[in-house]
Amino acid sequence: MKLIAASILLLAAPVFAQGTGPTPELANRQLPDPAQEATATKLMHGLRCIQCQGQSIADSDAPMAATMRAEVRQQISAGQAPEAIRQWMIERYGEWVSFEPEMKGAGLILWAMPLLVLLIAFWLARGLFRRRT
Amino acid sequence: MMAEAGLAALWLAAAMALLQFAGGLTLMRGGAGQLTPLIKPAAIVQGALCIFSFFALMYLFTITDLSVLLVASNSHIDKPMIFKLAGTWGNHEGSMLLWVTILSVSGAAIALIEKRIDTRTLQVTLAVQAFIALGFFAFLLFSSNPFERLLPAPAQGAGLNPLLQDIGLAFHPPTLYFGYVGLSVAFSFAVAAMLTRQIGPAFARAMRPWVLGAWIFLTLGITAGSYWAYYELGWGGWWFWDPVENASLMPWLAATALLHSVSVLATRNALRAWTVMLALVAFAMSMAGTFLVRSGILTSVHAFAVDPKRGSFILALMLIYTSLAFVIFALRIGTVKQGEPFQLLSREGGIVANNIFLSVILAVVLIGTLYPLAAEAMGDKISVGPPYFNKTTAPIALLLMLALLLGPMLRWRRDDIKRHKYWLVGFFAIILWSGVALWKYAPNIGIFPMLGLAFALALAVAAWVPLKGRKLLRTPLPVFGMVIAHFGLAVSVFGMASESGFSKETLTALAPGESAKVAGWQVKLVDVNPVVGDNWVAIEGEMRARTGGKSFVLRPQSRQFFQPEMQTSEAALLTRWNGQLYAVIAQPDENGDGRWQVRLWWKPFVSFIWLGGVLVALGGLIALLGRMFRRAKKPAKNRWSEA
Amino acid sequence: MNRSMLLWIPLAVVAFIGGWFIYGLAVPKDDMLHSAMVGKVLPVFTLPPATAGIEGLSNLNMADGKPRLLNIFASWCIPCKAEAPQLEALKEAGVEIDAIAIRDKPEDVAAFLQEFGNPFRRIGSDSEMAVQLKLGSSGVPETYVIGGDGTILYQHIGDIRAEHVPMLLDKLRSAQ
Repeated sequence: MKLIAASILLLAAPVFAQGTGPTPELANRQLPDPAQEATATKLMHGLRCIQCQGQSIADSDAPMAATMRAEVRQQISAGQAPEAIRQWMIERYGEWVSFEPEMKGAGLILWAMPLLVLLIAFWLARGLFRRRT
Repeated sequence: MMAEAGLAALWLAAAMALLQFAGGLTLMRGGAGQLTPLIKPAAIVQGALCIFSFFALMYLFTITDLSVLLVASNSHIDKPMIFKLAGTWGNHEGSMLLWVTILSVSGAAIALIEKRIDTRTLQVTLAVQAFIALGFFAFLLFSSNPFERLLPAPAQGAGLNPLLQDIGLAFHPPTLYFGYVGLSVAFSFAVAAMLTRQIGPAFARAMRPWVLGAWIFLTLGITAGSYWAYYELGWGGWWFWDPVENASLMPWLAATALLHSVSVLATRNALRAWTVMLALVAFAMSMAGTFLVRSGILTSVHAFAVDPKRGSFILALMLIYTSLAFVIFALRIGTVKQGEPFQLLSREGGIVANNIFLSVILAVVLIGTLYPLAAEAMGDKISVGPPYFNKTTAPIALLLMLALLLGPMLRWRRDDIKRHKYWLVGFFAIILWSGVALWKYAPNIGIFPMLGLAFALALAVAAWVPLKGRKLLRTPLPVFGMVIAHFGLAVSVFGMASESGFSKETLTALAPGESAKVAGWQVKLVDVNPVVGDNWVAIEGEMRARTGGKSFVLRPQSRQFFQPEMQTSEAALLTRWNGQLYAVIAQPDENGDGRWQVRLWWKPFVSFIWLGGVLVALGGLIALLGRMFRRAKKPAKNRWSEA
Repeated sequence: MNRSMLLWIPLAVVAFIGGWFIYGLAVPKDDMLHSAMVGKVLPVFTLPPATAGIEGLSNLNMADGKPRLLNIFASWCIPCKAEAPQLEALKEAGVEIDAIAIRDKPEDVAAFLQEFGNPFRRIGSDSEMAVQLKLGSSGVPETYVIGGDGTILYQHIGDIRAEHVPMLLDKLRSAQ
């Protein structure tokens, strides 16, 4: 009895106010070419799910993430380069959608910063090795 | 009754802290006064009172006293007992009470046990510790009272977030808090040493066990958190560079650097200013991390109960503590004489290199985490995530591993590279050989996994070199600790590189009876059944996985919780010596053709990541025990610890 | 830079980072994600009708020379119900409104229109959210001001309140 009630309850489980609809085919199906699928997966891990709180579209169950995954796979199988697809997403949602900051403007500081900090740290530490007079 | 008693104990404890702080002030101003002899006893009483208060709260959770607001909002009469207990700290007020309890108990322990430093420094240390505690007492008593009543009491209770109803995650926060509070003790020692001008080996030896203890807890806490995210969140990832994760990593990086630096100060009387600064930075990072996760100013997948008001309080505390400490730093460190000199190629030099690399990684993680906030101020909405952090921290971590190959072998003060040339050639040979093998047989795995594997293999050998030529039974435990910790690092990096380079994924829809393949495994979905638990229902897939003649059963679930309503994915893991098979089943999608969405991974050597983490913590524990027992007998004479 | 000046750097760093934190707390976060397609031409798309008795929507329908509104909604979206009177008011002011229904069933859309009125000329059904992705839209409800040549001029995120109506009418007028 409990099991039947459980099954009914499961079937009636609310879909969290995001409507119902078919999941795009390529959202959850891998591309036949493993190299293409690997490229697509790498890109998906670098794109933010815009309906979620910080997951990538590869890790999210949200409907929009599914749509975005399908778009990525579709464009990869059509021969588009990952960078072009990333730009396509940025054209729609701005830089927020990409987990990898652009290398222009303020982003350049971000990418240059590690080497800069390393050099500064070595410079600061040189005082430790100076001989005592 | 119990709630009121707990609250009263908390007030009294705050009064004790105030007493210690006042005593410390009079001590600094003019020397011992009437309050000074009360400092130590007050610290002990404060610890005892806080323990009582915390256990009072735990008792209220155990009996599910719903007339207490905190219990009513975070617990439920149907919750399993272990999670009722864990519910004590699974919320903001309770976790703050845990924090202040550990702070107070640490103060009591220092008062009771510490005999290595002079009384004046000890008393100032307690006063600083009490000052820190006062801030948190104020927070608790004036804005986050855990013992507030809710009348009339509700019948059931709001329940606990289902994601937290898990053993691993129930104990993850306390583990991290022991770490953060341990760093506060180091902070207190450092500030006291600056004030009483006692920055030397004695202070370092007093501080070291606290740093080591805190660091062990942080290592375990991060390792446990990573493993929890891996098996609970259902995506097979184990680190997302999420702001909350970074908030726990930054104190660990500072603590690791501090740990090495304090050892140098203890044995060689060098790196005085750097040790003090690292102690201040490590605690600052703990507070910054605590602030970041509760304030809500950064988007994170770890949805804590965020509240900007709470964030402001913690921010105010953090700014007060760190600013005061760094003002004292700027004023006093200039007068500290430089310690014993050493050359670039020496053990001290190696540790300096180690600290530089760790600090750079810390800076990169800090700036990368805060960058979106800065960009937003300028009108740009950007994201900084795994692609950035992986590409920027991996090279520095690899450089660090290279330094680790040579560092522990170097002599103190001055060494000659020619003495180590055979070992260096050997390590280089390992790296070259594994690099070429990988490049030949697995050219597509990427440069970082390749180098990571090669360096990890070299480090796995290099870690044991300090034991060569020693009488093992006469070797001090701390040396074993170092060896095991460094070896653990190699194991962990091996796991990380292996997982990121060689994982295989299969994503498909299966009907019962159908099979899928992943990396040498054949996985058949035998059946899908509904399953019922304490406060959830689920669909469970029964899968049969076959490889090389052996067959195993996996049962992943997709769970629906009731109070509060939430859906989680319970992955099924099959652990073998050479990797894990990871299976996830999802609710059927609306295409309705009787198929279930199934995700399968084969992750080679992934468990090495956390095994390595545990080894690192174990190394620390062995070192800690070794030092504690060494105080009882004379230290063995050997060339490694000679001054 | 001598040593004593260097010693004040950590304090400076604390102040700097503290400043950012204070800023982060003081300024409320703009949680809304704005489409980056504002200023560009509508993407190419064709959507089937969302329910019986209504025509589907394509980008060409919206580039016929007359500025109009594009409303992204769904029957399961609660703020969409709240903005129905404002959409009605806009329609009465002579504005043409086309709509896209997200992940909706025809019968649910019909029930929604029955209960809250139908101010729309055409309603396309985007059950896979593909057009929503192309538009850079991140949720419902959203309303776009589309120029006569099919350019996206403005994005309004969230439901339209009474105070937004004059602003939208203004934008449509200046798009003429």
